[in-house]
Amino acid sequence: MAFYDWVFDGLGLREWCDSDTSAAPLSMADLLAQAGNDEGGEGVPFPSLDALNESCGTVSQTRDLTAGIEEAFLAAKSSLKLVLDPITQPLSWALDGALWLFQAVPWFVMIPLLVLLTWYVARSFAVTVFVALSFLFLGFIDHLDVAMQTLAIIFVCTGLSVILGVPIGIAMSKSDTMQRASIPVLDLLQTLPSFVYLIPLIFLFSVTESKLYGIAIILYAIVPIIRLTDLGIRLVDKDVIEAADAFGMTNRQKLIKVQLPLALPNIMAGVNQTIMMSLAMVVIASLVSAPGLGVLVLRGIRNLELGVGIVAGIGIVLLAVILDRTSKAALSRVDMGRNQN
Amino acid sequence: MTQEPKVRLRGVYKIFGSEPEAMMPHVHGGMGKEELLAEHKHVLGLQDINVDMQAGEITVVMGLSGSGKSTLIRHLNRLIEPTAGEILIDGDDVMKQSESGLRALRQERMSMVFQKFALLPHRTVLQNAAMSLNVRGMDVETQEKEAAKWLDRVGLGGYENRYPSQLSGGMQQRVGIARALTANTDIMLMDEAFSALDPLIRTDMQNLLLELQAELQKTIIFITHDLDEALKLADHLVILKDGAVVQQGEPQGILLNPADPYIEDFVSDINRARVLRVKSVMGALSAKKFSGDVQLTDNLESLIALSEGDTSNIYRVLDGETPVGQLDMRDLVKALVPRISSAA
Repeated sequence: MAFYDWVFDGLGLREWCDSDTSAAPLSMADLLAQAGNDEGGEGVPFPSLDALNESCGTVSQTRDLTAGIEEAFLAAKSSLKLVLDPITQPLSWALDGALWLFQAVPWFVMIPLLVLLTWYVARSFAVTVFVALSFLFLGFIDHLDVAMQTLAIIFVCTGLSVILGVPIGIAMSKSDTMQRASIPVLDLLQTLPSFVYLIPLIFLFSVTESKLYGIAIILYAIVPIIRLTDLGIRLVDKDVIEAADAFGMTNRQKLIKVQLPLALPNIMAGVNQTIMMSLAMVVIASLVSAPGLGVLVLRGIRNLELGVGIVAGIGIVLLAVILDRTSKAALSRVDMGRNQN
Repeated sequence: MTQEPKVRLRGVYKIFGSEPEAMMPHVHGGMGKEELLAEHKHVLGLQDINVDMQAGEITVVMGLSGSGKSTLIRHLNRLIEPTAGEILIDGDDVMKQSESGLRALRQERMSMVFQKFALLPHRTVLQNAAMSLNVRGMDVETQEKEAAKWLDRVGLGGYENRYPSQLSGGMQQRVGIARALTANTDIMLMDEAFSALDPLIRTDMQNLLLELQAELQKTIIFITHDLDEALKLADHLVILKDGAVVQQGEPQGILLNPADPYIEDFVSDINRARVLRVKSVMGALSAKKFSGDVQLTDNLESLIALSEGDTSNIYRVLDGETPVGQLDMRDLVKALVPRISSAA
């Protein structure tokens, strides 16, 4: 007999309990118990759903909770898909387009273009040379194509994160209510294990669609740019804001002429973080068919191909260093312009 | 109508706290600053401020920190909203302005100079000076022409393309003044504009301000905690203590007739010979013979030098060419001793 029988008997609920038994599927513990392997009887069990279920069949089991979440999600799936599918379709196009572009352009055009871009953003000789050498090395070991795929995904996802994140950050800095409401969501996005993002997305979209990993990457990488935009605007010198008010600036003028320029160093730090987090996620997203270096890492794990995994891993590190140094150089250029120029 | 004050504060109160309006009856009932804080957790920032500021004059509001002077100046352009009272500018109630009306007021009728300069660090000196015109959406050419003119006037010609962080504090504040002048407003609000500068630079800046004022005749409201500065600049002096006006009037008058011990204390450390002028001490013409002629606006220090300390001299006082009175050196010496009514 189960431990908590007396509770239901005492409350006169026995009849209710026997009226309907929970239809939860058998758990491994149940199977073990049936096989006679139940250790059982070790003191007072915690009055958990499972323990109560043993005494009273009407009480749900904990398995019902997870099953319930799944069912609710599946029930909402089709209507959710109806809304989300068209909205996110452009993301698929952008990703597919970028992937096509980065692969279609021949290497002797692509590498100089990227090096030029680095020079334009960073204006640092050392960083530019480093970037050029890195791309030549990746090309030399035949990893340039996959590296370009990874880079294409990062460009699209970071770009979209900035386009969406900066306005959200501005809204947060303008309204304390908005900030209070957003922070738990941002915390959740940042701390949820990255694999967990993928599960509901797999239900919603087909694995062959690029937007599946695009959304996962953006959700994960958008957090720092939002946070730092908000912080940057809130940190703008109160005296300067007061001066802007005293000279009769409209809120729009204040935002464009004072707050955003003064928050720029913080926003750039956010962009740097967003780039690094997209890179982290793009590797995990290879589980759901994101192309690029991550696929090779995955192959290394799946087939225990040590060398393949390590070389691809080093390629990722190289990309990370390139992106980090370039965006940091851009950031310090912004800072310098501020302080001395 | 000609003597209508440019800016007029009538019964202005400011209470800081969660329910300022509900505190008004207590304040009207005579509750003081400390009691209000202790019993209702509200801070009485300003109480019953009535000040008239005449066009073309420098009105100096002086008080120690916490006396509410910075709060007061921010009421004029409604950077801070009063809890009660009227603020009239050219007879219009600022409190009744709509949001766009208020913006127009801040753009076209008032400019402000700040203690911490508050320049835009990412804009050049020229762009900073042109800020007010930029806000109004004027074309860039006019903006830059006007800004360059005023930068030149405050002695910053040639620095147009520098950034504020490359300038010293005094130069940054010159940019601040040029920015206010470029706005071409009748009223200039100066919030402790020179307090962050070192003493020599401060004197320079005061002289610059007086020079500009002689030329431009703006209505200037100047906040300071420094009595020397206040006496040097003021046409009309308002002394604040704990959010209330203790005494206001012509600065010489306040120096000679302090209204209460607080102000006596304040004025006792002043070099009176330098501040007081002949017109404040002179009497009616009665003597037959004079040791010499002095001007109405000479300060007493120059007279002491002129008489070489001889107190028997009597001087004839001229306003330009016309004699208007006489000055007995004995009166002068008496005026130099601070009057302490509270002392035995």
